[in-house]
Amino acid sequence: MGDDLVVFDSVEKHFGSFTAVRSLDLKIQSGEFVALMGPSGCGKTTTLRMLAGLDTPSAGEIRLNGERINEVPAHRRQTPMVWQSLALFPFLNVRENVEFGLKMLAVPEQERRTRAMDWLDRMEIAQFSERHIEQLSGGQRQRVALARALVTEPSILLLDEPLSALDANLVIRMQGVLTRLQRSLGITFIYVTHSQSEAFAMADRVVIMNEGEIAQVGSSRDIYRNPANRFVAEFVGRNNILNGDVRAQPGQTGHNQRPVPDDCIEVKTSAGTFQAAFNGQPPGNGSAVTLVVGADLASVTAAQPDTSNHVRATVISEEFVGAVVTLFMETDDGTEFKVQLQQRELDKLELETGTGLWVSWDVANTHLIQA
Amino acid sequence: MHNKTTGRFSTWILRAYIALVLVFVFSPLLASMVFSFNSDRFPSLPLGEFTTHWYKAVWNNDAVPEALRNSVIVSLCSAVLGTFIGFCTAYTDYRYQFRGKALYLGLALLPPTIPLVIMGLAMLAWLSRAGLSGTLFAIIIAHTVMCAPFAMALIRLRLQQIDPNLEAAAWNLGASEWRTMRSVIIPFTRPSIIAALCLTAAVSFDEFAVAWFVSGLNKTVPVVILEILQGNVDPQINAIGTFVFIISITLVVITQLIVMKQNKGHRHGR
Repeated sequence: MGDDLVVFDSVEKHFGSFTAVRSLDLKIQSGEFVALMGPSGCGKTTTLRMLAGLDTPSAGEIRLNGERINEVPAHRRQTPMVWQSLALFPFLNVRENVEFGLKMLAVPEQERRTRAMDWLDRMEIAQFSERHIEQLSGGQRQRVALARALVTEPSILLLDEPLSALDANLVIRMQGVLTRLQRSLGITFIYVTHSQSEAFAMADRVVIMNEGEIAQVGSSRDIYRNPANRFVAEFVGRNNILNGDVRAQPGQTGHNQRPVPDDCIEVKTSAGTFQAAFNGQPPGNGSAVTLVVGADLASVTAAQPDTSNHVRATVISEEFVGAVVTLFMETDDGTEFKVQLQQRELDKLELETGTGLWVSWDVANTHLIQA
Repeated sequence: MHNKTTGRFSTWILRAYIALVLVFVFSPLLASMVFSFNSDRFPSLPLGEFTTHWYKAVWNNDAVPEALRNSVIVSLCSAVLGTFIGFCTAYTDYRYQFRGKALYLGLALLPPTIPLVIMGLAMLAWLSRAGLSGTLFAIIIAHTVMCAPFAMALIRLRLQQIDPNLEAAAWNLGASEWRTMRSVIIPFTRPSIIAALCLTAAVSFDEFAVAWFVSGLNKTVPVVILEILQGNVDPQINAIGTFVFIISITLVVITQLIVMKQNKGHRHGR
């Protein structure tokens, strides 16, 4: 980790009347693996393209190594990119594709060849060096694209949804390849994706974007456990989101006729009244807030639990992924609850569809978002 | 079952129909070829003896080699010029979005839709104003105009298959716009450029009407054929016709092979 390698300073991008990116401020350090994540149309790809010089910012400044690069043409930037479509040159063979960047830098032929072969070797595809692109599998093409982008030894690599065309097993393998590569090279990776699992698995820092703005920047854990707003909580998924308003402050009498604990407030939602922990100044009574409970932090029991946060709900459906089960449940008022548990815990409950159960969660695990 | 039988029946009807069309199109050509080797002066059955006399006569006829030379020069020049203009138009269409683009494309594709007599007259009027009427230049200019749309259509087809990121990928790897043109766009479109050269050469080589209007004394092969025919019925025509047909069909077949190969490669690549 070192100085800021890339700085976006109040960057905006408009396409006609459409605003793709609005007042973007972001600093990326050298050696960092940053993922830009968000739904399609959130501005993540435009941000990457502006950094590569393929789109020009409408306002603001982009700095690379401390120098303004807004006006630097794409071919002078040294910001190689791995494309979603890979964009390998179909009329060149594997080695010639990798040599392309070196050729543009006027590297002599012998050295070009040696360096290209080194990279092909490193990506474990040296034996295909004289093949045509169309003779390679998806994973092999991916490696060619990586070698082609990295052969010029850049200080930064841009990746635009590079794994979205691969099948699930290959995605996991390539994630490993990318992470190891980034560690061993020590260069900055900026990775655009709509896939949470890719971003969370690889990135040091995740930038969540929505409608051209940054919704949250943080580690995977931060974003997962402490979503900054409702959008992030929903986008991350597998969260139970409850809207309500504050009804009682610490010390005041709660709905169960007992005083609310010191570091808690009480919030009334359509599904019931629950307590949530807060940091700093508590929101006043009557203010609108959102409660977020991770599906893996909630539990289900047959008997009514003794905790303050619980609600009765009916199982609607179940989803099995390996040994983890997600129960989709609904309360009497129609609020949806998702609860994740282990297969063996589910077996103990002996439930059938339509069974009523108690969903409960710790006050400490109730994340409060002030609207 | 019923459907299957009708299906098979209609397939046979269609095949027969296509066979008939091909017979209709190619029998005059074939007849011309056969009679070009026939010793009789008038085309009639039964055939006379086999001879290459008419080919020798053509070879010794001063007008024909001269016309052949003119045709070759004109078709080579207009193929190169027409393909260049066609490439530029196709690339502009691929690369840029601008106001009035539909109009631009419409104009670029217009020449083949103009009746040849009108085109010939207009070219004659215009080129004689410019003092070019009757020169080989005049035919080259006229044919370039007529060839460019064909070249554009072929090259545009190829550019539509390009990965839209391919150019940007080259810039991203350090290639300037001109360098990208040279090392990405031209290699990618090369098959269609070759196809366009062949096709436009064939178009120019065969073209009669406009060449007849503007050629003056510098006649091309089709113009000479007409002049010989106007004089009398001469089996030399069959010999020239066979020769011209073979050149044209070769060029067209090469074009077709390249286009088919590139489409197949494209599907394979997906």
